[in-house]
Amino acid sequence: MHQTLYDKLWDEHLVETAASGESLIYIDRHYLHEVTSPQAFEGLRDKHLSPWRLSANVATPDHNVPTQRGSAFQVEAIQDEIAKIQVLELDKNCVQFGIHQFDITTKEQGIVHVMGPELGFTLPGMTIVCGDSHTSTHGAFGCLAMGIGTSEVEHVLATQCLKISKQKNMLVRFDGQPQPGVTSKDVVLHLIKIIGTAGGTGHAIEFSGSYISAASMEARMTICNMAIEAGAKVGLIAVDNQTLDYIKIHSQLSETMLEEAEIFWGSLHTDQDAHFNKSITIDVTKIKPQVTWGTSPEMTIDFDGAIPNSEDFEIDQRSNVELAKKYMGLEGEINLLKLKFDKVFIGSCTNSRIEDLRAAAEVVEGKQVAQSIIEAIVVPGSGHVKAQAEEEGLDRIFIEAGFSWRDPGCSMCLGMNPDQLSPYERCASTSNRNFEGRQGNLGRTHLMSPIMAALTAITGNISNPS
Amino acid sequence: MKIDRIKGIVATLDRDNIDTDQIIPTEYLKSIKKSGFGDYLFDGWRYLDSGRLGMTSSQRKINPEFILNQKPYSTADILLTRDNFGCGSSREHAVWAMRDFGLKAVIASSFGDIFYNNCFKNSVLPIQISKQAIDSLFAASLDAPLTLEVDLIKKELMMNAELITLFDVDDMLLDRIIHNLDDIDITLKDKNLIESFENEKKTSRPWIFLNHD
Repeated sequence: MHQTLYDKLWDEHLVETAASGESLIYIDRHYLHEVTSPQAFEGLRDKHLSPWRLSANVATPDHNVPTQRGSAFQVEAIQDEIAKIQVLELDKNCVQFGIHQFDITTKEQGIVHVMGPELGFTLPGMTIVCGDSHTSTHGAFGCLAMGIGTSEVEHVLATQCLKISKQKNMLVRFDGQPQPGVTSKDVVLHLIKIIGTAGGTGHAIEFSGSYISAASMEARMTICNMAIEAGAKVGLIAVDNQTLDYIKIHSQLSETMLEEAEIFWGSLHTDQDAHFNKSITIDVTKIKPQVTWGTSPEMTIDFDGAIPNSEDFEIDQRSNVELAKKYMGLEGEINLLKLKFDKVFIGSCTNSRIEDLRAAAEVVEGKQVAQSIIEAIVVPGSGHVKAQAEEEGLDRIFIEAGFSWRDPGCSMCLGMNPDQLSPYERCASTSNRNFEGRQGNLGRTHLMSPIMAALTAITGNISNPS
Repeated sequence: MKIDRIKGIVATLDRDNIDTDQIIPTEYLKSIKKSGFGDYLFDGWRYLDSGRLGMTSSQRKINPEFILNQKPYSTADILLTRDNFGCGSSREHAVWAMRDFGLKAVIASSFGDIFYNNCFKNSVLPIQISKQAIDSLFAASLDAPLTLEVDLIKKELMMNAELITLFDVDDMLLDRIIHNLDDIDITLKDKNLIESFENEKKTSRPWIFLNHD
């Protein structure tokens, strides 16, 4: 029987299959954060239950933490009283139940999907869940990783299992190497433009092809992170030497344990002739830098491309296009090149890793943020990314150019902490969602790569990277 | 109490890709409670001002154009929408907001995967039917407020006691709503099975079980 990587991971973790197709899957790693966990812990208390296996769980606050904290910051200093309660609640729950937390004062704290892999908690072949849809990120390591709701968080805490049905298999092949200035973000936005935000619904997407084989682990994480924006809660990539090299640097496993694990990890790839329910091949060499124009990640165009007219769409799509254009303030615009930007955000679980910051720093080095930009912020994804960037002097480059250099957190990706857009402000953002109000009520988000966002900060509008 | 029928007024949202950020914006995710989200359902469309957690509908500037602010839809039991409803963020708060508002079912041509699962944990029934059936329901809703009836046992969607369409849904998921079952109770009946699975893996995949400190 020829199996896909997803099939193998599924079988490896299958505790029980029920008659109706719903199965019990064992969960190896469970990441927790402050927003989707309080009700789950409350549920455990109500039922007088304890976590099934403490060592499976790792927690950190990320969604609503302020990003201007400084070194002596304590949780009590969070200005937003309601946000503070939530962060304190995570502290309290982790202490009460004995869960390992990197709290807001630790040097490791960060966005859970950035912090987890770099501390070695994400290992190939694991099932990984978190009450956050971008958990698909960890699929870059040959993991079966997915976002879950709060009831499922409680269920995983109590039983170490998830009750789910198996997804179908979808293959996305990215072939060739991209042009200079074109990044993993452009590649995945291009994919979403083609298949749509429901293109992967009901499927686990495996990414492969010569582009993926040559891509860094950071780039692979960006691709898998955005699988959910293509509708797939699971995105994954086969284990190869690149994966193993990363794990050797980041994991805390002993030499002998690593050797033993590598025998199993070596099997974590799709067999030749395995069946996929759906597949698509994309030529990466032709992709230009991508920018979203609308209020869904599928509303993407080449940075210098024409904004679509509603007449170009099927009748039932036209009102969606018109509503998006109206929300984004695009009436009368032919393309995105003349739009005036107000804010620039470089960060989020999609693009806040060291490679992203290096690429952005290279663009801004020796230049100045445009006068018209109200605020340009760089938010490293974790304490480790921040320290590494500072060691390389990237912080100086950003600060001298006029960027604000922040402390780790989800920041302006989701309008839940002080970093937000005001109504009608237009933002060049390296995050993952351009939904209405995502970065703040009535804010206007254009998703793009760190290179394009950095360039937008310098020129004040979307410009040609070459 | 067994829930085998849902009947009521249908509110329509004629849009594709309504994401969970629209169903409830992040501001309200700061709550540590599991209820009290009804006033924030579709907050960005329902109100003309920005709200904060703790504010009620009566303190807000209502958008009279929005369907849930109009009678009889302000007491709707069922939501009718189009493709890919509930895509995006995994926030279960989206379903809590719908439930707290009083919605018992949502009809769409497709759903976001995580949202779909979350619905069954909170007695909100997601009903997936064909685009053609959705079109005809939208057409019917133009003349007068639509009332629909759902038979959960027969998996039937009915209008004026006439069958509109059957719908497909996993029996075990549906059972959770019909009998208001708790997943954790069900799973813990297989405690021994999980323990023996785990013990086997402790030997074959020991690196998964290392303690970190």
